[in-house]
Amino acid sequence: MKHKTPLLDQLESGPWPSFVSDIKREAESRTKNAKGVDYQIPVDVCDDILGVLELTYVHKRTHWKHGGIVGVFGYGGGVIGRYCDQPEMFPGVAHFHTMRVNQPGGKYYSTEYLEKICDLWERRGSGITNMHGSTGDIILLGTHTPQLEEIFYELTHDIGQDLGGSGSNLRTPSDCLGKSRCEYACYDTQALCFDLTNEYQDYLHRPAFPYKFKFKFDGCPNCCVASIARADMSFIGTWKDDIRIDQKAVAAYVGGEIKPNAGAHSGRDWGAFDIQKEVIGLCPTGCMAWDGKKLTIDNPECTRCMHCINVMPRALKIGKETGISILVGAKAPILDGAQMGSLLIPFISAEPPYTEIKELIEKIWDYWMEEGKNRERLGELIKRKGFQKLLEATELEPVAQMVKEPRTNPYIFWKEDEVEGGFTRDIQEYRKYHLR
Amino acid sequence: MPYDPSKPLQDRITDIGPKNYEEFLPPVIKKNFGKWDYHEILEPGVLVHVAEGGDKVFTVRVGGARLMSISHIREIMEIADKHCGGFLRFTTRNNIEFMVDDQSKVEPLKKDLLSRKQPGGGFKFPIGGTGAGITNIVHTQGWLHCHTPATDASGVVKAVMDDLFDEFTSMRMPAHVRISLACCLNMCGAVHCSDIAILGYHRKPPMIDAEVIDKVCEIPLAIAACPTAAIKPAKIKKPDGTEAQAVAVNNDRCMFCGNCYTMCPAMPLADAEGDGIVIMVGGKVSNRISAPKFSKVVVAFLPNNVPRWPETTDCIRKIVEVYAGDARKYERLGEWAERIGWEKFFEKTGLEFTHHLIDDFRDPAYYTWRQTSQFKFTG
Repeated sequence: MKHKTPLLDQLESGPWPSFVSDIKREAESRTKNAKGVDYQIPVDVCDDILGVLELTYVHKRTHWKHGGIVGVFGYGGGVIGRYCDQPEMFPGVAHFHTMRVNQPGGKYYSTEYLEKICDLWERRGSGITNMHGSTGDIILLGTHTPQLEEIFYELTHDIGQDLGGSGSNLRTPSDCLGKSRCEYACYDTQALCFDLTNEYQDYLHRPAFPYKFKFKFDGCPNCCVASIARADMSFIGTWKDDIRIDQKAVAAYVGGEIKPNAGAHSGRDWGAFDIQKEVIGLCPTGCMAWDGKKLTIDNPECTRCMHCINVMPRALKIGKETGISILVGAKAPILDGAQMGSLLIPFISAEPPYTEIKELIEKIWDYWMEEGKNRERLGELIKRKGFQKLLEATELEPVAQMVKEPRTNPYIFWKEDEVEGGFTRDIQEYRKYHLR
Repeated sequence: MPYDPSKPLQDRITDIGPKNYEEFLPPVIKKNFGKWDYHEILEPGVLVHVAEGGDKVFTVRVGGARLMSISHIREIMEIADKHCGGFLRFTTRNNIEFMVDDQSKVEPLKKDLLSRKQPGGGFKFPIGGTGAGITNIVHTQGWLHCHTPATDASGVVKAVMDDLFDEFTSMRMPAHVRISLACCLNMCGAVHCSDIAILGYHRKPPMIDAEVIDKVCEIPLAIAACPTAAIKPAKIKKPDGTEAQAVAVNNDRCMFCGNCYTMCPAMPLADAEGDGIVIMVGGKVSNRISAPKFSKVVVAFLPNNVPRWPETTDCIRKIVEVYAGDARKYERLGEWAERIGWEKFFEKTGLEFTHHLIDDFRDPAYYTWRQTSQFKFTG
């Protein structure tokens, strides 16, 4: 290796896959170059990334310069520029830009596709990736500026693949694996994610928003892609009708023939399955009953938390009248505190061409693009202007489902036209009856 | 025809989006799309999904370091070609899943995966991450690629996962435990909503680079970036004696979030001794039983003790052990802490309760204090 890395070397031991060993492997592969690749950035880029990281471990401070604005023509985002603050010591990573590549739905791949990405990235980049970025993208980690257009050209022409988002725009949408391999999926997350990603390509590639905006698609309230916490608009599958009960299968659970929660707790002896304690007693609304023979659910009282279905997946199924709840405003703490998504649409149909959903998205964007301040997330705009203003902008009627509880303070705004006689009054008229 | 830099817009293809996922679905998945009946976790890391027509798909989940080389991806591809007809997928927590359509193919796949080791003895493809255990740590860029971190990501994650490795390959927890890491409080990822969260944090106000601040910053943006209004416009004397428009930071109001540095390159704040880790616990995103919860700060500072962060791994191990021993079946860490009361959480875990843990950020802070005489005495 080009640099000594005594601190990082200590991260090569232990059972979990070591990123240090892996980067060293790539460094050796590049040095050897068994396939005779015509490397377009320094051969020793991986040596230098380990070198600069080792120096960071010594200094306990990052060695990346602030910011970096690079990209490809036609787009305003998709590439995160990065420059080392010790370029002479580590010329291989003097430039170390990241390219975000829009991942496929559910992150399913064929090796044929990955081979093309690897070949491209081996020649024109560092050979280091993140699989995947937190938002969902394939992250190609580390290349030099002159390669960006070349990579983009080959991505689009040879692989038929576009970049993902960055900046004040629609970021790359992502989904749980949905109907592809889950019996809980209430709608086709992958289809809706793919459709909206394509519909809004312009918003994704050319920043036109006050700040970033994310979509995520969860097939059910288990939220495997964490949309409720990590997307400005979260689409969470749900159903309106009854949970389907297979009483025979319930009996099989009670009889110990089927493991609860699909066997998720089998590493420990929790005793025999007790439907009363583990299902009925834990239902958040207390809407279930078990009389020793038959399980009943008072469905209008059910809040579809998924617990009973999660515990007995062979006996209990989601309803047949399925759709989506839409929650808005989730964000991390900066600036005025973290938010989870707040319920805006209790239920909306999720069938192509998704016209109603698109109309809603566009109304929200129209409102936020007009009213949002510089670097103000949708969640913060809703806090600043009030949830009611969002309802006006989206032409939605208020319903009790939108709140956890009604307000406790009586600082209630009324609109002038809601109040008889309006707001314009004459003090003289008042004084006729109330002497000063 | 290759890219021609002299005609950059010629032959440009744009707005084609991602590849259609349908191209990448294994045949058994494509055939049974939307027709799954139920699933089982056969053993840690191995799932079976059974379709209405009886077809089965077996999934073997393995840990991924997230940061990975193309050599490693090619090895993943080799495995997928050998066992899985050339298909694979990644999970939303950056594990890798190999799928086969017959039970007889599971053991050879598992054997192959576990036989592959790194030079230091670690597994390349540890099998696990299912059910009530501890799965992969969602994490960020850290010192490897970001300019605002207060700690590393990949190094801390490796240290913690080595320490908790047995929990990745087993299912003995009361419920699944999600650990995540963010290297600064931009919280890229899932730190604000995880059972246990590792957060990089600074403890010193920014420095001001007088020489360049008026050239590289849009001053109003730096001022507007501060959640506590600790930054105001001010004249500053540059090293050459001239005066420039800049900012002043009121150190008493600064809580070291680093957001001004995000906006202004002339306000760096990273520091070897000042920077370290905050531990948060009790968040969740699922709606199962209880509503989604934010994670809460329970340890205000642990040092960046490279390369293995022993204080952090010890602290997390301790929280995990106490939770595993005390919580009820299906109870997430946050549900457990709320049921027993946070005062009991601190007593049982032995974590020190300090003034740093009491919320003091604006109006909502009041709602986190205790407006009741209901509490438990603790030793």
